[in-house]
Amino acid sequence: MATDLAALVASLKTRFGDDVLGHTEFRGQFSVGLRRGANLSVLRYLRDEAQFEMLTDVTCVDSLNLPPEMRKEYPERFAVVYQLYSLSANQRLRVKACVPEEPCEIDSVTPLWEAANWGEREAYDMFGVVFKGHPGLKRILMPDNYEGHPLRKDYPLKGRGERDRFPKYTEMPER
Amino acid sequence: MGESISQKAGLGGFITTRLQELINWGRRNSLWPLPFGTACCAIEMMATLSSRYDLARFGAEVIRFSPRQSDLMIVSGRISLKMMPVLIEVYNQMPEPKWCISMGACASTGGVFDTYTLIQGVDQFIPVDVYIPGCPPRPESLIDAVMLIQEKIKRGEKQTKLYDRTQHPLDFQPVALVTEAAAGTPLLTGSRASLPAKDVETQEQNFPVGPPERTVTHVQRLKEPIAQSKNEK
Amino acid sequence: MGIDSASIEKVAPHAAQTLAMNIGPQHPATHGTLRLKVELDGEVIVRCEPEIGFLHTGFEKLGEYRNYNQFVVISDRMNYLSPLNNNIGFAVACEELFGVQVPPRGQYLRVIMAELSRLADHVISIGLQGMDLGAFSVMLWTFIEREKLYDIFEAVTGARLTTSWTRVGGVFRDAPPDFPVLVRGFLAKFPAVLDECECMLSRNRIFMDRCIGVGTLTKEQAVSYGVTGPLLRACGVPYDIRKARPYLCYDQLDFEIPTRPEGDVYARYQVRLAEMRQAIRIIVQALDKLPGGGENKEKLPVSSLDHKVTLPPKDMVYSDMESLIHHFKITMPGHGVIPPQGEVYSCTEAPNGELGFYLVSDGTGLPYRVRVRPPSFYNYATMPKQVTGRMISDAVSVLASLNVIAGELDR
Repeated sequence: MATDLAALVASLKTRFGDDVLGHTEFRGQFSVGLRRGANLSVLRYLRDEAQFEMLTDVTCVDSLNLPPEMRKEYPERFAVVYQLYSLSANQRLRVKACVPEEPCEIDSVTPLWEAANWGEREAYDMFGVVFKGHPGLKRILMPDNYEGHPLRKDYPLKGRGERDRFPKYTEMPER
Repeated sequence: MGESISQKAGLGGFITTRLQELINWGRRNSLWPLPFGTACCAIEMMATLSSRYDLARFGAEVIRFSPRQSDLMIVSGRISLKMMPVLIEVYNQMPEPKWCISMGACASTGGVFDTYTLIQGVDQFIPVDVYIPGCPPRPESLIDAVMLIQEKIKRGEKQTKLYDRTQHPLDFQPVALVTEAAAGTPLLTGSRASLPAKDVETQEQNFPVGPPERTVTHVQRLKEPIAQSKNEK
Repeated sequence: MGIDSASIEKVAPHAAQTLAMNIGPQHPATHGTLRLKVELDGEVIVRCEPEIGFLHTGFEKLGEYRNYNQFVVISDRMNYLSPLNNNIGFAVACEELFGVQVPPRGQYLRVIMAELSRLADHVISIGLQGMDLGAFSVMLWTFIEREKLYDIFEAVTGARLTTSWTRVGGVFRDAPPDFPVLVRGFLAKFPAVLDECECMLSRNRIFMDRCIGVGTLTKEQAVSYGVTGPLLRACGVPYDIRKARPYLCYDQLDFEIPTRPEGDVYARYQVRLAEMRQAIRIIVQALDKLPGGGENKEKLPVSSLDHKVTLPPKDMVYSDMESLIHHFKITMPGHGVIPPQGEVYSCTEAPNGELGFYLVSDGTGLPYRVRVRPPSFYNYATMPKQVTGRMISDAVSVLASLNVIAGELDR
């Protein structure tokens, strides 16, 4: 199984050339880096030819505070991470597409998997990555009129005071 | 209205008081809770309403999820930014007299989570009558809180005023520990529940604030001896 | 979400005017803070849009400020119906990242507690499903069973609900000596309760009418939506992480994965019932095989012996220099347990589905990124698909069967 996956990951590089930025392996798990324009084509190949039928998770990592030795996996600030699972071959693969800070856009993979719909909405909400072609990209966890993207590394943990600004209760007037 | 009748009969406020006591008895023994349950405390609240810790024995059987038909709101669980307007609106829709229990650490002060999206205590925006510490509090604590509300109703009090945090900052300032002898009332029997809620100054003196007294010598070496105040008691 | 007029024509061809209704976020179905915006033509749902985020607490952001042993406390609060599964899921992910092994006794204890917690979650799920459809007594019966499970959890972990039992490399402490007696005593009476619930619900005309054929998902739809857990198994896909990628000691235990082909609400109910019976089977086997038995006379360890990661025993801390240094390094702020740099995605089978943790470590005591892959999030995304074109009361039935836990959904 592992050799199949290693062979597959190596073949991605030969097949897609420059779009694939290389792969890493840690604790037996493979992770493939992509340029941001190529995520739709590579993922389509993985879903159709390599039989990775299920997209189990879409998320994002902000590499602002990473130590320098880990930076070569993250050429841009953000990396949209797709966790793929193959039901027929019982294998997992991680695909990371790098997204710069400006313009913070990447193609949406909702045409491939319905699971990406909400996953990408959450990545947009938490990190501010805009997914082009998404059928309804709006905030999912924060209120609709919220400003800021909370999971970015430059956003404070305790927020900017929105949690203290609500109207206070006023009682009924005395008779 | 009751006044004029009793005054005409020459009985003064006797009938009104008895009537008020009867009304209070009825109110406290048939509280209709509105379980505003969001998270883990809601599960403990459901456990309290179930067979083992039956809250129905205290009259709080009719669980109404409609605010228009309830008089006790139990806020159980963490309240996030999105949920707070909902909470305020639901609380505003409840008819008076109404009371509010803030169950658990998250509803009382924000609990484990001091983050950008969690309200650090609902008492900033709605008046809370009883706070229940715990994460989650045991069902017995919730029952105790309902009993405290019942005692409050027995004393004839409506809901508390909105708590003004600027008067009581949450950051800790060391206060000398008060012993039982100085306080005059035993500290551990729950009798402070029957202290008048309006009298905030006496309340402050009657129960300890801050960590328990420690006989740590190195603190005394570094600063001026605070042993003075400690030995006084 | 995003249904155009052509599809509205299909489900409600004569809809001159639709009624927009809001369900939640504060509502009688005790499934947490969920909001459903529905558009109705009479009683038929023409369009449905779920809104979530009413319990968003910022777990993932908080994870970057708490070290690996402190995050367990927070992981309890996600799926609060089965907190031990969350603890164990996070611990498995941490151990994969750190590269430590849990000793066999610790593994078996974790498996037993995970299955007991799965029983707690499924039994409540069935109880609430009954209650939402009107069978209130089933909920009371199942809550009694949950109270009995709380007694066991309290004996082992110290808390009823928010257990925080696991640490990186093992568990907080060993089980008490009467642990097998407690669990066997509970299991002696539990199948009878399951039979009672089944007797109450399974052949009940009303339950069957409200559940069969409602909220059907096909296999392809389920896989495309990333659905996992009992929902996926009720669509006919036999995917269970305990068999596909066995963690802890599941590969040494013998159990089946129940699946049903229909994919509707009734199938999910049956899958959950069958899973509970399989969980009982797992617990009995694990109790028989538990190394050290109840009393653990040989003092077999429950946590890893790699003391760079787990706390050494107190007598060694007081007598051995190296253990003292390890203890100091693990407990003092600024040190903590330190993993190598790297990232790992590790998933376990929570009662709701695949609970995944994606941990990125930058070589310090605090994780760089903690991503929780919540099963309820991807399960709940199928709600519009299941409910459009059906009646409003089917929405209640479907919501109950999805077993959405808002704590996990919103994190």
